[in-house]
Amino acid sequence: MTLIGWAQIALVLAAIVAAAVPLARYIAAVAAGRVTFLAPLERAIYAAGGIDAAKGVGWKGYTLAMLAANLAGFLLLYALLRLQGMLPFNPQGFDGVPAWLAFNTAVSFITNTNWQAYSGEAAMSYLSQMAGLAVQNFLSAATGIALAFAVCRAFAAGNLKELGNFWADFVRINLYVLLPLALVVGLAFVAMGMPQTLSAYVEATTLEGGAQTIPLGPAAFQIAIKHLGTNGGGFFGVNAAHPFEGPSALATSVQIWAHQVIPFALALVFGRIVGDARQGWALLAVMLGFVVAATAAIYAAEAAGNPLHLAAGVAPGLGNMEGKEVRFGLALAALFAATTTGASCGAVNAMLDSFTPLGGMVPLFLMQLGEVLPGGVGSGLYGMLVFVLLAVFVAGLMVGRTPEYLGKKVQAREIKLAMLAVLVLPATVLGFTSVSVVAPFAASSIQDSGPHGLSEMLYAYTSAAGNNGSAFGGLTADTPWLNATLGLAMLLGRFAFVVPVMAIAGSIAAKPKLAASAGTFPTHGPLFVGLLAGVILVLGGLQFLPALALGPVAEHFALAAGKTF
Amino acid sequence: MDMNPVLAAGEARRARRGGALLTGPIARRAALDALRKLDPRHLVRNPVIFVTEIVSILVTILAARAAVLAEPWLFQAGIALWLWLTVLFATFAEAVAEGRGRAQADSLRRARSEARAKVLVRPDDRAIWSPRDATELRPGEHVLVEAGDLIPSDGEVVAGVASVNEAAVTGESAPVIRESGGDRSAVTGGTLVVSDWLVVRITAAPGSTFLDRMISLVEGASRQKTPNEIALDILLAGMTIIFLIAVATLVGLASWNGQPPSVAVLAALLVTLIPTTIGGLLSAIGIAGMDRLVRFNVLATSGRAVEAAGDVDVLLLDKTGTITLGNRQAAAFAPLPGVSERELAEAAVLSSLADETPEGRSILAFAQERHGVAVPALPGDARVVPFTAQTRISGLDLGGASYRKGAVDSLAKALGAELPAALRDAVDRIARQGSTPLAVAKDGRLLGAIELKDIVKTGMRARFDALRAMGIRTVMVTGDNRLTAAAIAAEAGVDDFIAEATPEDKLAYIRKAQAEGRLVAMAGDGTNDAPALAQADVGLAMQTGTQAAREAGNMVDLDSDPTKLIEVVEIGKQLLITRGALTTFSIANDVAKYFAILPAIFVASYPELGALNVMGLASPESAILSAVIFNALIIVALVPLALRGVRYVPVGAAALLRRNLLLYGVGGVLAPFVGIKLIDLLLVLLGIA
Repeated sequence: MTLIGWAQIALVLAAIVAAAVPLARYIAAVAAGRVTFLAPLERAIYAAGGIDAAKGVGWKGYTLAMLAANLAGFLLLYALLRLQGMLPFNPQGFDGVPAWLAFNTAVSFITNTNWQAYSGEAAMSYLSQMAGLAVQNFLSAATGIALAFAVCRAFAAGNLKELGNFWADFVRINLYVLLPLALVVGLAFVAMGMPQTLSAYVEATTLEGGAQTIPLGPAAFQIAIKHLGTNGGGFFGVNAAHPFEGPSALATSVQIWAHQVIPFALALVFGRIVGDARQGWALLAVMLGFVVAATAAIYAAEAAGNPLHLAAGVAPGLGNMEGKEVRFGLALAALFAATTTGASCGAVNAMLDSFTPLGGMVPLFLMQLGEVLPGGVGSGLYGMLVFVLLAVFVAGLMVGRTPEYLGKKVQAREIKLAMLAVLVLPATVLGFTSVSVVAPFAASSIQDSGPHGLSEMLYAYTSAAGNNGSAFGGLTADTPWLNATLGLAMLLGRFAFVVPVMAIAGSIAAKPKLAASAGTFPTHGPLFVGLLAGVILVLGGLQFLPALALGPVAEHFALAAGKTF
Repeated sequence: MDMNPVLAAGEARRARRGGALLTGPIARRAALDALRKLDPRHLVRNPVIFVTEIVSILVTILAARAAVLAEPWLFQAGIALWLWLTVLFATFAEAVAEGRGRAQADSLRRARSEARAKVLVRPDDRAIWSPRDATELRPGEHVLVEAGDLIPSDGEVVAGVASVNEAAVTGESAPVIRESGGDRSAVTGGTLVVSDWLVVRITAAPGSTFLDRMISLVEGASRQKTPNEIALDILLAGMTIIFLIAVATLVGLASWNGQPPSVAVLAALLVTLIPTTIGGLLSAIGIAGMDRLVRFNVLATSGRAVEAAGDVDVLLLDKTGTITLGNRQAAAFAPLPGVSERELAEAAVLSSLADETPEGRSILAFAQERHGVAVPALPGDARVVPFTAQTRISGLDLGGASYRKGAVDSLAKALGAELPAALRDAVDRIARQGSTPLAVAKDGRLLGAIELKDIVKTGMRARFDALRAMGIRTVMVTGDNRLTAAAIAAEAGVDDFIAEATPEDKLAYIRKAQAEGRLVAMAGDGTNDAPALAQADVGLAMQTGTQAAREAGNMVDLDSDPTKLIEVVEIGKQLLITRGALTTFSIANDVAKYFAILPAIFVASYPELGALNVMGLASPESAILSAVIFNALIIVALVPLALRGVRYVPVGAAALLRRNLLLYGVGGVLAPFVGIKLIDLLLVLLGIA
């Protein structure tokens, strides 16, 4: 680890927090309907959709609207992918996407996962990229943020019947938050050298005289929303490690900034909506603490290098550079890995499969902690609030009162729903992984033997169920079994989680808001931050320890003993 | 029988107040009950322990099968044994908690069954009655109870005055007066009339008398899970499912590279990970919490009420008898100009000579102490003028002179005199200090005023400060005027007061506080307290109070001491804290158990994972066994804590949380490392591992 490396990390994190503060003020204004500079356009959309934007609905109405929007998005995207061969903007003449792959990809993009069982430049037409995938990058991100708005509102006051209007939130988030930000960041990316063109791929002759096809496309703006919306689906197969998708250290830093700034801002938006900024800062502190700790762990593990390489006399100063881009270096690769998995983004700028066992375990563990650190746009916040309720419940009893959070009592109904939500991740991840490493038709997708092979499969299901979408690598993912079950894992991870969470919001909203007193459990300040972090580690992490012990932990100790598989 | 059942019950109640956690007979009976509670139909109410029992059965079968097939079976049998002990310790904890109330219940039951009723044919004719079994009495019937009779059931006195020994329910053997009308008309079935007679109208249906409720309460028989307990149960069940998934999927995950662990080992891992500690102690904590309240001589109608007590934000306390001593005491003399203080003191003494009230006594004592005025015995030739509610004046005529004292306005009016300006000033000043003025006159001439001061009980201010630190506001309720009330409120250190309070005022105050999202507790005894008691989230009725009040409240204080409301709140908090602390401890324990069991399970496939054996446990078998044994023994070790409750310190929530997180969270992570290592050493020493 170097000082300059740490300075890079500190600089990017400082830029994220600094931008999150004003952005939170702005997003909170959008949530309250106070931002109106595109009012005519907004009204036109509502008129076209027959939407009464002023009409608030309860949690059921809000959730149903969200599900309807997502179902429609899925069907449209699926059709577009299957039919791309007959549609325009297809200069490379790609065929329609096969059924299972189209299912997997459509699910992947509506759930904000962006797991890619395909390679963009070899399978997707420009129309599919722009009108399908990029559009869903906006819509799935707006879905997450809208849901977070609804959950935040539940805590804002007592005896609420309505959580807002999904369609109005959805439209406003797109118009006022995502589109303007993507426009600015996209332009910056163009300036940094990312392509934004509809022309066909370039045929080049290399210095040795060989022929090379250089893929192009309308990449820059799609990459902007890919990060801002914590989608993570790369325009090119190797994602942000591709020289056109991550041309420089500056570009990769801006990408990190872009996939962290909205999730962090949303923590502060929560504080603003509930009328107590300290509550938002407490959540942000937990998120930031984990990001810093995880980055340090990855950076340390990678800087220490591979013991086998060191024993063979490879220069120790470089650390483990296998699978990493020289233009980014270890520090930005570590920060990128920690933030992309902590934030449910899933973009990668280095090959996780080539990380040291512990360096690769950290991103895996971050996802297993529930994608709340800071998590995907919106989904991170509402996921975090589930942990908050559990933390408040267990520890809140210890101050001798019925646990309450922000004046709302946490009772049997909330705990039941929270446990239902929390069950989704271990059931999906461990269940599918356990079957897939035993069943021969699934296990044949695994590239490596030994514990590393287990990590490859475990990572895939964790990434899918966590709606992260990053790939560890070393797994042949485009098989019917994996396309189908990973798709299912993505659906469960998104919707089986959020429906109980919305039910919690409905139940919380209806409760009276109790007055705070000296006897009320304080939910800001270092003590609560520490408590929440502990609960995330213990309740979120404990169930994955046996699996991790058999994967990266076993590999780590074996490697230290000089053993490979 | 050789002892009056009432006195026997009283004995038992007194014995219960102190008392060791576990005595011989209770332990023996609890051990039997613990076995009886192994019935899966009973255990299914407790998901964590139910799963443990199912797993125990499974491992037992496997061990037996291995023994029959002459395979190695000792290790499996050892695991099975300790899994069964885990279940047994959990049921034992519950049985002990219940057992502590049962001896009490038995003697109460005797008091109930002994009673025979004399049912009056006509309520107004005491001569004609027919005998009937007490358990067959219907509400609305009238019974005669005479000296030496047990009162057959709960009721309202409609005629007569009698002294009643209520030791059976209160544990207090000094008799109390019960009479018709007013606030002392309620009688309780099972109590003993010691003198005179009463005609009682029965108000309770058979099986739902106060005594019946008490019996089921102390036995824990009618115990229903409280709201928090239900929520906690769901959390524990959810965690059990999560760990079931984590352990079951290990079969597949471990098969990727090597052999899956044996069922016995997976069972051991599962049972050590699921929260058996809190699962095993949860119901014992609830029963013990109710029991603590009963020992404290407060009966709650439900566990829900006890929990609500912990949540209370606002305490409504009556001024008289709760915040101040019941009686005002003389504190100063304020003579009019031209009258010496001694002259006033002497007149005050003589006017109070025949006054037997505590206020009157205090005037004599004060005059004697402060001014050295001699207090003569009441002379035989004195003519006493007694106090009446109409005149509000008392005094005496002695040797041609008349001495009077009384309410200032009443006395001035009786004397036909204008109130002198100087006296009016003095009276105002006294009222502003929260005291009551009395005017004194000799031979029709006003001499000055006596200041009767409300004495705030010692230590009340400190208790209110402690309550404030806990986040609880205290509100003083008094019939005094605003001026007086404000002065006493300031002296006592309460947060707010309701002056010139009517029952409607109390009700309105409670409603307003509740609308602001606060939970309110109050104590009361009169019939006109009933609406407020019913409206309050915690209503503590006095045992001496009326039937209406007792039914409106959700707790009854057998000692009839309204200050106990404060302790009731503390007991409620302690109950919740104990649950939270043991849950935190139980979950935090898992970290160490992983370090014991995971390397032991996987060391066959990956010898390098032995590096995780940070405790240096002797062998995989001893590691797994040690973790299982620790997991079982910790339940027994924590039974006293569960029964006694975590110590409650009245500090703010933040300080309390810090302390308990450190103790039970951090402590819960560290303790099993030590415990498991010690057990492992012992196993090696005994040659078992």
